Amino acid sequence: MTLQQQITEAYASATPLSICGGSSKQFLGNPVAGEALSTTEQRGVINYQPDELVMTVRSGTPLLEVKEILAAQHQRLAFEPPSFGKSATIGGTFACGISGPSRPWAGSARDSLLGCTIINGRGEQLHFGGEVIKNVAGYDATRLMVGAFGTLGLIMDVSFRVLPVPATEITLSFSVDAAQAVTSVVAWSQKPLPISAAAWLDGELLLRLSGAEAAIRSAQLQLGGEVSKQRDFWLQLREQQLDFFQSVKPLWRLSLPMAADPLDIPGEQLIEWGGAQRWLLTDEKAEAVRQAATSAGGHATCFRNAQENDIFSPLSKPMLTLQQRLKKSFDPKGILNPGRIYTEL
Amino acid sequence: MIADPQFLAGLRSILGGDSLIEEQEELTAYECDGLSAHRTIPMLVALPETVEQVQQILKLCYQHKVPVVARGAGTGLSGGAQPLENGLLLSLARFNRILDIDADNRCATVQPGVRNLAISEAAKPYGLYYAPDPSSQIACTIGGNVAENSGGVHCLKYGLTVHNVRKLRVICIDGEMLTIGSDALDTPGYDLLALMNGSEGLLGIIVEVTVNLLPIPPTARVMLAAFDDAENAGKAVSDIIASGIIPAGLEMMDNLAIRAAEDFVHAGYPKDAAAILLCELDGTDEEVSHEIEKVEQILQQHHCTATRLSENEEQRMQLWAGRKSAFPAVGRLAPDYYCMDGTIPRHQLPEVLRRINALSQQYELAIANVFHAGDGNLHPLILYDANEGDQLQRAEKLGSKILQLCVEVGGSITGEHGVGSEKIDEMCIQFKPLELQQFHAIKAAFDEHGLLNPGKAVPELHRCAELGAMHVHNGELPFPELERF
Ligand SMILES: Cc1cc2nc3c(=O)[nH]c(=O)nc-3n(C[C@H](O)[C@H](O)[C@H](O)COP(=O)(O)OP(=O)(O)OC[C@H]3O[C@@H](n4cnc5c(N)ncnc54)[C@H](O)[C@@H]3O)c2cc1C
Repeated sequence: MTLQQQITEAYASATPLSICGGSSKQFLGNPVAGEALSTTEQRGVINYQPDELVMTVRSGTPLLEVKEILAAQHQRLAFEPPSFGKSATIGGTFACGISGPSRPWAGSARDSLLGCTIINGRGEQLHFGGEVIKNVAGYDATRLMVGAFGTLGLIMDVSFRVLPVPATEITLSFSVDAAQAVTSVVAWSQKPLPISAAAWLDGELLLRLSGAEAAIRSAQLQLGGEVSKQRDFWLQLREQQLDFFQSVKPLWRLSLPMAADPLDIPGEQLIEWGGAQRWLLTDEKAEAVRQAATSAGGHATCFRNAQENDIFSPLSKPMLTLQQRLKKSFDPKGILNPGRIYTEL
Repeated sequence: MIADPQFLAGLRSILGGDSLIEEQEELTAYECDGLSAHRTIPMLVALPETVEQVQQILKLCYQHKVPVVARGAGTGLSGGAQPLENGLLLSLARFNRILDIDADNRCATVQPGVRNLAISEAAKPYGLYYAPDPSSQIACTIGGNVAENSGGVHCLKYGLTVHNVRKLRVICIDGEMLTIGSDALDTPGYDLLALMNGSEGLLGIIVEVTVNLLPIPPTARVMLAAFDDAENAGKAVSDIIASGIIPAGLEMMDNLAIRAAEDFVHAGYPKDAAAILLCELDGTDEEVSHEIEKVEQILQQHHCTATRLSENEEQRMQLWAGRKSAFPAVGRLAPDYYCMDGTIPRHQLPEVLRRINALSQQYELAIANVFHAGDGNLHPLILYDANEGDQLQRAEKLGSKILQLCVEVGGSITGEHGVGSEKIDEMCIQFKPLELQQFHAIKAAFDEHGLLNPGKAVPELHRCAELGAMHVHNGELPFPELERF
């Protein structure tokens, strides 16, 4: 049976489905009680024209395969998605919408997405967006799929923008405390410098510069610091392979305005995205962590080792009502990954 | 149309004397946006000044089931802000304050009626600017930009409006205020921010916008290249992008557009060229010099006949002046012009140019071509005279053919101007009934009674069915004299 037939049947019998690609991000979100529906057969590149900077791929294609094909043409995904394991698929990558270290400077997963084919909860196959960079015909249902964790539709294929690999990349290291790290990156980000990543951990700020060789050299002169010898730091950060991430404590992801003051909450911290993404290992109560994030103007997600359900910050009542209606418009019987993000969606 | 007395009394109690327009004569000033071929006198025009007033007005409309059309500066080119005769036109023009420039978080919070260019001007002292720059930027509002997901010449490198908006405050049709997005880079739940961008006033009224600011690049230089064959120019565009360079802007104009612009602003364009490219490179001095060299090589390979490089800011602005005023310049060539907005995959450019030329001959109307070539966004400008026989009908038909051609080669009927009332029929070509139905369902989730800008952006299915049935012979409508809009 095709995926569409399976969803059509599930719609008829109101059977909840649990959609999975490579299952590399099962840990993120609430568990879904439903019949498993796998996209891994839905595989292969549909169209890739390097000189158009656009690729269209079936959703079950492994992310690593996509990255290899792009690398062969000196291109890459601008948002540096993590795989969290070899099995990650490109569909899951967009459905979860997780972006890597370059996010504040190169844009997010949704910023790269141009079009998709989905099957909604009525079993209807729909195509939105396309392979062109500019397209404002109809509502942007394409980007709505990013971060929806498959609750609005099963993604069949995606078209996305790709970018050339930068000619040069170096990482500078500075010995500073957390507060100084954020202040420095905030100040540098207001200048035209080729910054492409910034992270702070254990008293060290690491700053990555990407671009033309000449631009990097002149930025290096302005910024000072030592050239870091840590190989693969950004890869290990992206894939959460650094020692910091090996803890069994709940790992919180706080998404905050970049310049937000240092968090006043016990626990160990790794600051990413120049301050806009802060990882926190803590045994503090969920409510306390959420409160800290909200008062700083952001939100908190219990990313790993969650002690309880509802790992995403709750929505306001009117916002939740609207999102429920939106969910219904795609999936009237609530059969697609019900409860994965919020019990009500 | 005459307003219901109770509704009118309600509006009068919300708005002061000069904030409500009821007189026919004054209402006429709002009868159309930039698409002047579509005109309707609104029932009433409201010019609120506070968010509370907007909330009360929408509540009142909701109670009385009166449709509402939002309007920014009215520069839209697809009839998005075209009023309804039984509807209220809600102008956001008085929401014109810049609320905050937050250099540390690189963002600006402004009211929706603030002009696009005013944001960059206010950010300039901080060394920052707002990147999306529609050619209408001195007039169009940021609220309108968000509603249309507008683009500009710098969007190739820096993204469209949707990539540069962080947070919105939106009033729903029942008067409820929602915050969509946040001061952080993401929010949990569905990405309603993406959905609001390009929603053409159909999902909610935007009353506050927080946009991203970027550091002003230390150097920006523009190179003009002339070609005696437009196809060569098209191929050069593809090769520049393929070489790994993302120019800050990469624009193309054909001979008719070049001559019109040159006569209008004297930008120094070669009037005998078949096409010109304007390629802007920005970044550090070193980067820019390096990229200019590479671009020049590619241009030579494609037989460009001459190049010119801006040596200072004044020259750069002058080279852009011709492009930025291309629409009004072409507007001087004929009593009327009709601006199209299709997008195509870049490599289709030479083929599409050829076929647009053929269509121009077939319909006996001249076309000047202006493109955001780097991102495959075409603006064919069809010249006509509405007072001459069937020229307007011919222009609209020709326009529709061009959009069909864009869809056929894998593109879209609109890259940045939106669907509005103008391209509602072409939506039937780009989308299948089930997709349109999903759009209607999305709309209903926000606005179940269909009171926000009804009839725009997404066609009713029966309309598409009728059109489909009429497309019997080579796509020619059998009853061209019937009003289609
Ligand atoms: C000479 C010229 C050049 C142009 N160049 C470009 C260009 O380079 N790129 C480009 O993308 N566009 C361009 N445009 C089109 C136009 O300027 C843009 O679409 C612009 O964003 C419209 O802004 P506005 O304030 O005039 O909106 P309006 O025309 O008033 O409204 C546009 C739409 O937005 C809705 N709307 C307006 N404000 C709000 C609000 N606060 N809340 C909810 N809905 C709202 C309206 O209902 C309508 O559907 C050009 C137009 C002209 C006349």
